[in-house]
Amino acid sequence: MTITGAQAVLKALEQEGVEVIFGIPGGASMPIYDPLVDGSTIRHILCRHEQGAGHAAEGYAWATGKVGVCMATSGPGGTNLVTPIADAKMDSVPIVAITGQVPTPVVGNDAFQEADITGITMPITKHNFLVKDPALIPETVREAFHIASTGRPGPVLIDLPKDVLLAETTWSWPERIDLPGYRPTTKGNQRQIVEAVKLILAAERPVLYVGGGTIKANASEELFRLATIGRLPVVTTLMARGAFPDSHELCLGMPGMHGNYTAVTSLQKADLLIALGTRFDDRVTGKLAAFAPNAKVIHADVDPAEIGKNRAVDVPIVGDCLDVIAKLVAELAKRQDEAGGAPDRSAWLGQLAEWQRRYPYRYDQQPDGPLKPQFCVERLRDHADEDTIVVAGVGQHQMYASQYWAFERPRHWINSGGLGTMGFAVPAAMGAKVGQPGERVVAIDGDGCFQMTAQELATSNTEKIPFITAILNNGYLGMVRQWQELFFDERYSGVYLNPDVPDYVKLAEAYGAVGLRADSPDEVDAVIEKAYSVEDRSVVIDFRVDPREMVFPMIAAGTSNDDIILGPEGATPISDPTEAPIV
Amino acid sequence: MSNGNGGTLHTLSVLVEDKPGVLTRVAGLFSARGFNIDSLAVGPTESSGLSRMTIVVNVDLKPLEQVTKQLNKLINVIKILEHEPGSAVERELMLVKVRASGDDRARVMEIAEVFRVNVVDVTHATLTLEATGKPEKLEALLSLLGDHGVVELSRTGRIALGRGDRGIRERVLRAAND
Repeated sequence: MTITGAQAVLKALEQEGVEVIFGIPGGASMPIYDPLVDGSTIRHILCRHEQGAGHAAEGYAWATGKVGVCMATSGPGGTNLVTPIADAKMDSVPIVAITGQVPTPVVGNDAFQEADITGITMPITKHNFLVKDPALIPETVREAFHIASTGRPGPVLIDLPKDVLLAETTWSWPERIDLPGYRPTTKGNQRQIVEAVKLILAAERPVLYVGGGTIKANASEELFRLATIGRLPVVTTLMARGAFPDSHELCLGMPGMHGNYTAVTSLQKADLLIALGTRFDDRVTGKLAAFAPNAKVIHADVDPAEIGKNRAVDVPIVGDCLDVIAKLVAELAKRQDEAGGAPDRSAWLGQLAEWQRRYPYRYDQQPDGPLKPQFCVERLRDHADEDTIVVAGVGQHQMYASQYWAFERPRHWINSGGLGTMGFAVPAAMGAKVGQPGERVVAIDGDGCFQMTAQELATSNTEKIPFITAILNNGYLGMVRQWQELFFDERYSGVYLNPDVPDYVKLAEAYGAVGLRADSPDEVDAVIEKAYSVEDRSVVIDFRVDPREMVFPMIAAGTSNDDIILGPEGATPISDPTEAPIV
Repeated sequence: MSNGNGGTLHTLSVLVEDKPGVLTRVAGLFSARGFNIDSLAVGPTESSGLSRMTIVVNVDLKPLEQVTKQLNKLINVIKILEHEPGSAVERELMLVKVRASGDDRARVMEIAEVFRVNVVDVTHATLTLEATGKPEKLEALLSLLGDHGVVELSRTGRIALGRGDRGIRERVLRAAND
């Protein structure tokens, strides 16, 4: 059968089970759009900016675990995808980006809308391809999806010159994938599992330090068994919120720069870290040399390069979290059965419970005082059901969302972790809603972030993809403002945005969305109830929050986790002798 | 081997798929992770479709482990071998043009003879030598020729094969175990 390269692209995407492409056409990618007219099982969602298309593909991938697909034309189309591709690389999100390219005879000739997108994206993709022969399209697409979705997931880009798309070729779907240099280790070594379980059984103060890899591996059930069978307390990093239910007594919540006291201090005082699908990121460890100084480390990750990268490891385990945790559960259960149960760690668990009681997240919402962002998040949470998917960008709003939402299941928290991409939330929420149309999606956003990608509200209402955006509008680039207040002597520079411009309610209405506003605490519930009652359109809520509010606890960049600042008063009780923790 | 920059020189043999951009991927990875490449030589191998790079990198053992792990993650990289000192035959080719007129000419010829290197081009004022050997031999040669004035110099960078009867694919990389 003879088909064009463009038809081969679509057919290959259909073979891979692609349901949706987020994209914007242009000169070089037009050939792919033509066969869409003839009917395809794939839905194309026309975004308003390629960055939006890329983040939407990410949101779709986060919410479903499937590969998200975005498409752009050559030159600026491709360069606009650079930010979401880099974001997907940092957060190990499986996406395939397809770009048009100028025709091969003029590649390298500075042709109109030419950019060397494979060169540009080489360091920010897991792999990329420039396809010069239409016959190679099927196998390239197959390889791209395989690479994106296996091992440590990540973004893959396929660059397709226009003449290759227009050329005729014969269709042949490859029987097998031939990538001799790509064989990820997914099965954990049993000898290492045995060593790990020995350490777990011997530990007096163990902590499960759980990262996004557990969610990528769909290992939440195994993780739940490991924690509950072993009576092991769990911290879930920003990337792993929901991997273990926040409501469980063994859940300590989020560690790190803005984590809660108990989660942070549990790692500092632990004698064993069981690190699963996590990478000892600086936002978690603080000053690395002072991180968890008394702990032995078991580190399991599918990416061998993460093991030992930042922290020396006692028991390294290369493997997929699903396989590794299942094996840990089996071995631990066996050993505990032989020993007559889990070791008695009531002193440790009691200490943790005491810290939780004494040092919860806190803020002060006065009934007639300025509206606090944390209060808005709590009310959004309390009005929502458990199936709600929460999406955030980067900054104060992201931290409030992670701190105050209660995540009970995986893939219900989506944010930009590693890259810290402003503008992530709105398009990612749209992508998540496409992936999970039966669930409510709430983007908790900042006013700075929102303005970077708000144009995708037009996509949302044109394509009937309704979701809610709750802007915690403080009129500032709030996190930068916070750092200027704390570390730059309150010299505010380049951070004032203006809470009144744009008028977010009118902007929402201009985009065909419902616009709502709450200025004071007593207006919050009614606004949320109204927002949650709208099903056919997107909603934007403008919460006018106190610009002086700051995110606490906080560990200043580069300092030890022991120097955690609990609130604006600056207390650090761990250095107070009367609060001396056990160890 | 130690050099003046505090790191240590390591020789890596990297078997890669002969695909467009693979050299950029490898070189880019070193620069992105902040490692200096001392030399890089690349050419075809006994298998069609595969190229072999010999990379000399100036780095301590711990970061070397990280860089080899990151290299291993490149889809087009098939195999990496770090040559332990003394465990490999290492050679380099150098062309060097030296000022050699008057009395200098005889002295340069004498040095060439002692080092068993060929004279491949002659002018009234210069001699061009072709030297092959271990890196240390080339360094020694260069240091002697430096007295006469080196006009220009071109080196291929080091290439290496492990000693013994096994090929690179049958060997285990020291740093990339799990």
